[in-house]
Amino acid sequence: MTSERRQPTIAVLAVQGAFLEHEQRLERLGCSCIELRKASDLDQPFDGLVLPGGESTVQGKLIDELGMLEPLRCLIMEGLPVLATCAGLILLAREISDDSTSDPTRSPRLATMLVTVRRNAYGRQLGSFHTSQDFSGLGEVPMTFIRAPFVEQAETGVEVLARVDGRIVAVRFGSQIAVSFHPELDSCDAIHTLFVNEIRV
Amino acid sequence: MIDRENAQERQLLNRQLAQMLKGGVIMDVTTPDQARIAQEAGACAVMALERIPADIRAVGGVSRMSDPKMIKEIQAAVSIPVMAKCRIGHFVEAQVLEAIDIDYVDESEVLSPADDTYHIDKTRFKAPFVCGARDLGEALRRIEEGASMIRTKGEPGTGDVIQAVRHLRKINAQIARIVSLRDDELFEEAKQLQVPCELVRYVHDNARLPVVNFAAGGIATPADAALMMQLGAEGVFVGSGIFKSGNPAQRAQAIVKAVTNFEDASLIALLSEDLGAAMVGINESEIEILMAERGK
Repeated sequence: MTSERRQPTIAVLAVQGAFLEHEQRLERLGCSCIELRKASDLDQPFDGLVLPGGESTVQGKLIDELGMLEPLRCLIMEGLPVLATCAGLILLAREISDDSTSDPTRSPRLATMLVTVRRNAYGRQLGSFHTSQDFSGLGEVPMTFIRAPFVEQAETGVEVLARVDGRIVAVRFGSQIAVSFHPELDSCDAIHTLFVNEIRV
Repeated sequence: MIDRENAQERQLLNRQLAQMLKGGVIMDVTTPDQARIAQEAGACAVMALERIPADIRAVGGVSRMSDPKMIKEIQAAVSIPVMAKCRIGHFVEAQVLEAIDIDYVDESEVLSPADDTYHIDKTRFKAPFVCGARDLGEALRRIEEGASMIRTKGEPGTGDVIQAVRHLRKINAQIARIVSLRDDELFEEAKQLQVPCELVRYVHDNARLPVVNFAAGGIATPADAALMMQLGAEGVFVGSGIFKSGNPAQRAQAIVKAVTNFEDASLIALLSEDLGAAMVGINESEIEILMAERGK
């Protein structure tokens, strides 16, 4: 272990949602954070990207109209490590399964992960829940699902990291990790630590 | 309805949903079409109601919970959370909203109050509640009753932001004062605010409310929204300001972007260009019914 490890800088998408919670957690783990609110924020150097929870339609629209969609997509395709939670998973998904409530083609997404995601898959707020389940390599971790999506279909090359009641709720594809729950809301650091360790390698 | 054991976990999940709405704009809508326009413009949630506050104010009469059928049509039209209002103290309207799977109930002074003494015991519900507050005492009383989100009680339907500003500044000042108190002064403070000491201690230790706090009432322009964000609101409700204006879709989009980049004055300048007519509005001093006086 090197004692003089450089502190990783994480860019947290801060257009809408629970981004502060991620920043507080990452700073506690020794990272420094920058917030992405507009295209010029991308000029600063960073080592990893967090896509927080919130409303995916809002976030997708804002990253597109504020000029961040294509630059972020390029960075992710080039291998930038990403941790995406809840709405973030929807932003990364290549496909959104047909849901009658909206036309998914109208909300722009990064679409860099070969998964099909169902939004609001557990229903409305009354379907939100908390549980603890096994996560690949981490043992049991607490999981908070808020109007959460799940992964309906994962293409070859996508590693499934966790399931709840048979549904896929955590995946890895290259350097992208996406979960449908909210590790930033629970006291357990395991998933953020996993992400930070990947950046440090 | 819910037993006490599960109530705590539910309360937490409900506070956490409000965390997901932060940095966003919640828009009043009266039809599925308006709901779709709001979602496309970047609303993080919609408030489904029959009449927007400006019309309630204009028409007068008793204002009640909306037709559940209308709310369901709005739920079917969008993927973002759908909120709806019930009257202060009207726990059966709240039960009805919970029964149709509402994402958030607003126990709202905008409707005619059903009870001039008691608010709803919100700890008995699975569905989350947002409540209005003009000062810290009101906010903490609503939280003790089970509200999992707070908003200012700015005068709805006026397009005049003065009261929302007043409420938010007051809450901030009261929080700052509590932070500065000695531990042994918190008991008296709790007595003065008529709230449990435990909540005062939370504010003292964390310098914030234990739930998310949005601004509401009279917000009509991108600059209004950014003003509330700079004053410390965690997001904004826009009621009559959007669909009472000349170009709702464009104004809604501009307000959403102003909330995201609330400190970027040149962007807000750009967003404020060519928005068409804002809602006409009424000055605070010209209105007859002060809705914020309802429910303390």
